[in-house]
Amino acid sequence: MTSERNTDIEIRLLIEAIYLKYSYDFRDYSGASIKRRILHAVRQFDCRTVSALQERVLHDPGMFLELLQYLTIPVSEMFRDPGHFLALRNEVVPLLRTWPSLKLWIAGCSTGEEVYSMAILLREEGLLERTILYATDINPHSLERAKQGIYSMQSMREYEENYRKAGGRRDFSEYYTAAYGNAIMDSSLRDNVTFADHSLATDSVFSETQLVSCRNVLIYFNKDLQDRALGLFHESLCHRGFLVLGSKESVDFSAYSEGFEPLVRPERIYRKT
Amino acid sequence: MNGVRAIVIGASAGGVTALFSVLGALPADFAIPVLCLLHLPDDRHSQLAEVLQRRLRRPVREAFDKARIEPGLIYVAGPGYHLSVERDLSFSLSQEAPVHFSRPAIDFLFESAADAYGPGLLGVLLTGANEDGARGLLRIRQSGGRTVVQDPRDAQVALMPEAALALHDPDHILSLGGIGQLLATLEPSAC
Repeated sequence: MTSERNTDIEIRLLIEAIYLKYSYDFRDYSGASIKRRILHAVRQFDCRTVSALQERVLHDPGMFLELLQYLTIPVSEMFRDPGHFLALRNEVVPLLRTWPSLKLWIAGCSTGEEVYSMAILLREEGLLERTILYATDINPHSLERAKQGIYSMQSMREYEENYRKAGGRRDFSEYYTAAYGNAIMDSSLRDNVTFADHSLATDSVFSETQLVSCRNVLIYFNKDLQDRALGLFHESLCHRGFLVLGSKESVDFSAYSEGFEPLVRPERIYRKT
Repeated sequence: MNGVRAIVIGASAGGVTALFSVLGALPADFAIPVLCLLHLPDDRHSQLAEVLQRRLRRPVREAFDKARIEPGLIYVAGPGYHLSVERDLSFSLSQEAPVHFSRPAIDFLFESAADAYGPGLLGVLLTGANEDGARGLLRIRQSGGRTVVQDPRDAQVALMPEAALALHDPDHILSLGGIGQLLATLEPSAC
C-alpha cells in the first residue's frame, strides 16, 4: 500500500534528520516499536504526516526534546522483578564485598527507579559508602527526574511489595519522606551517584566498573546495536565483573556470548569470563 | 492465491481451549510458522508454551527477543512485554504502555506482522472479552493479507470477534472446527 510505504520512508528520513541535527542515533533501534512511538507522537502533536513532524523537529530544538519523550520509554519501577534483586543480594553482593571500592554503572537509568533500588540494596549490605554509582541515560528530562527522586505515593505502595519480596530488611518508608501525595527519596541515597548523559549508540566507555546493570534497554535495539552496547559493558567491566540484564534479555545469541557466563541465568545475572 | 508465509492468532477469555482446538487440527508436517498471542496475567513465568507443547506433541516456543522466526514452529507471546515482528522476520519485545489493558497486545503483533509479511500473512482472531485485535486484523487486510474471525455464536466470549466484525468484513467467519480445517489445508508460500 502506497501510504504505508510512504510512512516507512518518512520514518527513516525523520530518524536520519534527528541524527544529523541532534546526534541522537535511533537508526539501529528495533523498527516496529520506534514506528509505533513516532506515529503516536505524530497524532499527539497534531501533525498530518511524519514529514510535517520532521519539519517542526528540524527547525525547533524544543520540539525535538518533546519528541524525545516519545522516542524513549520511561517504564520503570523500584525492585522490578524482585527475584532479580534477591539474587543480586544473595549471589553477587558477597563477591562485590571482596573489592575495596566499587564502581557500578546503571545504563539507561531512565527516571531513576533502578538507581534508588540499587542504592538501597547497597546501603543495607553496608557497601554504599564505598561505591560510586554512574547513572546514565540519553533523555535529559528523565535524568532530571532521576536526580530529583520524587515518585507518586501510589507507585511507592506497589514498590513496597517488590522491596519486601526482594529481601528488603527495613521498613521501606524509611527511605523516603511523604508529602502532598508524593514520596521524596532520602537524598543521602544519591550522595555517591553521578548522573550523566550517555548514549549506548554513540558514546564510549568512561570508567572501569565492577557491575553494569542495563535492564529492559537492549530489547529496543537491533542486534548490531545490542552488540555495540554489550561491547561497551565488556570493555568497562573489570576482570570477573558482573553484568545484569532485564528478564527477557540475554547475551546468548550476541557477539559476546563467549564473553560472559551466566551466574544466575533465570535472573539474567552474568559474569565476565 | 498467494501462499501463506505466516499465521498470527489472537485470543483472550476462553482462548486456551480455542487454541488447543485450532492448533490441534494442524498436520504434523505443517510448515508455516504460527505466532500465537493469548492475553495472560502479568506473570513472567508463564507455562503456556510448555503446556501447549505437551498437549500438541509438537515444538512450541516462547517468542524471544531478536529470535528468527523458523518454519514449522508454533510460537507463543510471553507475558509482560509487547511482541512485534520485525522486517527481517525476527521477534522484538517492548514495554510500551498496555493497549486495551493488555501487554502483550494483539494489535501490536498483528500490525507489525502485517508490515513484515504483507500479503503473505493470515490473521485469526478468536474468543475474547476485549476489543484488542480488531484494529490489527483490519491492518492485515489493508496490507493485502487474509483475515479470519471466529463466528461470535461459536465463541466462548463474543466481544472480541464482534469488535473485529464491526471494523471490516473478514475473508472467513468460521467456527473453531472450520478454522482448524482451513489452516490445515493452507499451502506454505514457496518463498
